[in-house]
Amino acid sequence: MVAAAALAEAPTHATAGAALDIEQVSHAFDIDGAELPVLSDVSISVEPGEFVALLGPSGCGKSTLLRLVAGLDKPRAGSLREDEVRIIRPHPSRVVVFQDPTLFPWRSVWDNVALGLEAQGILKSQRQRVDDALDLVGLSSFRKAYPYQLSGGMAQRVALARALVNDPRILILDEPLGKLDSLTRITMQAELVSLWQRKGFTTLLVTHDAEEALVLANRVIVFSDRPARVKADIRVDRPYPRHRGDPYLADLRRQILGLLGLDATW
Amino acid sequence: MSTYSLSDGLASGAPRTSRAPWLATWIRESGVGVLASVAWIAFGLSCLWWEDVGDWSRTHSLGIAALVIAAVALFGTVASDYLGSAGRALHTRAPWLVALGVFLTLWEVATAKFAWLPLPFFPPPQSIIEVYTDDLPKLLDSVFASVKLQLGGYLIGATIGFLTGVSIGWSRAVGYWVHPVLRFIGPLPATAWLPIAFFTFPSSWSASTFLIALATGFPVTVLTWSGVASVSNAYYDVARTLGAKPSFLVLKVAIPAALPHVFVGLFMGLGSSFAVLVVAEMIGVKAGLGWYLQWAQGWAAYANMYAALIVMSLLCSGAITLLFAIRDRLLVWQKGTVKW
Repeated sequence: MVAAAALAEAPTHATAGAALDIEQVSHAFDIDGAELPVLSDVSISVEPGEFVALLGPSGCGKSTLLRLVAGLDKPRAGSLREDEVRIIRPHPSRVVVFQDPTLFPWRSVWDNVALGLEAQGILKSQRQRVDDALDLVGLSSFRKAYPYQLSGGMAQRVALARALVNDPRILILDEPLGKLDSLTRITMQAELVSLWQRKGFTTLLVTHDAEEALVLANRVIVFSDRPARVKADIRVDRPYPRHRGDPYLADLRRQILGLLGLDATW
Repeated sequence: MSTYSLSDGLASGAPRTSRAPWLATWIRESGVGVLASVAWIAFGLSCLWWEDVGDWSRTHSLGIAALVIAAVALFGTVASDYLGSAGRALHTRAPWLVALGVFLTLWEVATAKFAWLPLPFFPPPQSIIEVYTDDLPKLLDSVFASVKLQLGGYLIGATIGFLTGVSIGWSRAVGYWVHPVLRFIGPLPATAWLPIAFFTFPSSWSASTFLIALATGFPVTVLTWSGVASVSNAYYDVARTLGAKPSFLVLKVAIPAALPHVFVGLFMGLGSSFAVLVVAEMIGVKAGLGWYLQWAQGWAAYANMYAALIVMSLLCSGAITLLFAIRDRLLVWQKGTVKW
């Protein structure tokens, strides 16, 4: 609802989130001739505008699933569809923010954010969008800085702006806050939620932090150990902004940690 | 010990500093500048005081010039506060001025005045000055010929090396065919081709251009290739998800990411091409500084050789300075690059 309200006043190039269908996807890697299965029969159906967190033990294959959604790799079996269109290659309507900001060190902040528009050949006519994206993440005054001059949090915000400038219909976040200090992390979690509410894109967030998943997402999917299977699909029906100490969330967190095999400590 | 000597030092030090603090400050600030001036006065006087043992026409002018430099150094030191950045530049270079003045004085005395060093082989400073004034047209012609040859060969070699390196780094098929050839021919010193090149090429100029290009091309190719090959896949992933086409991946991701490596290759290529240039000029080309050196040796004109060597070193150093300036401009995004 919030997303729809934001959309009404958004500029014309803005688009609402897309639906994402992951159907019976399995994937494996070849490692020295041996086949290592990483995803096993994963089916997830994501509504337009949903914020879905993918939670699982580290190394379980969550990031692999994101690469398939992005179109960077092709699945061994099954299919992925964005709004009923099969995903076969990367497309700027699905943009990934990686764990490392991977800014191009030879480009200034502004030029990094402009990357997508430049690659699509529409930068000349739409320079304003770059400025808007920088405003959105609050880094307008750093437009001329080079990546080595930025802190970790600032670099990740630039990476976010670089993704958002394309007005993605699906934003794919691969543990983007994983390497930030806890204070920056909390601030950026709030920023993410407000951006998502304003823009209305579908969001897919990989994380191994149950609390982060519960504070941000309205749906948490818990994966098993490798090869990853969907273990639980939990709706989080709480209004934003969410409070970390919310007993309802604490209860969900206990359940999720139990699913991940950590019940003994909690 | 510490307590005693500390109080002792304070007691004896206090009156001294209060008596003439300005003197100590002045010596600290301007001492080296004044010393530089003294060294150059010594050089000037060493030129003018004794008679030359040989017949050189520029001794008197050199002595006067040295005294003028001494005067400028003294003035610059005294008026340092009013000269802004020029004054500061003089201040930081003053120790070098001292060393240079002392070196020139010793050189002058050891050659022109007392001939402690065997004479035709160790010419005095004034005879080198004489070369620059009296043989200037021929020297300039040589400089021009060398620069033209070097520049042409270097640009051709660097361009071809860069393009080859990018192609090998990017395309597996190109790599399959070019890599073995590169491994076989690349490590061969370009000068080894000299006899063949001078036979097969229509002119010695085109043969030398080819050799210089060869010497430049190999390091540029290898380093460009390794630069492109070492670009992190994460950059390509980012660009691809943002809608980049293959041409964008090459031109806007691979090449800029590889540029630091490319400049190392350009630097190494410059060094090895200098060597080829001089050898080619000494053996085949009838122009240029290498040829001038050879020619001067034939006439036992040692002063001319030193004069040409100094020019050559200035040119080579200048070329590297230029390359580094271009690199610093293109790679401002890099932290902590070496200052040349």
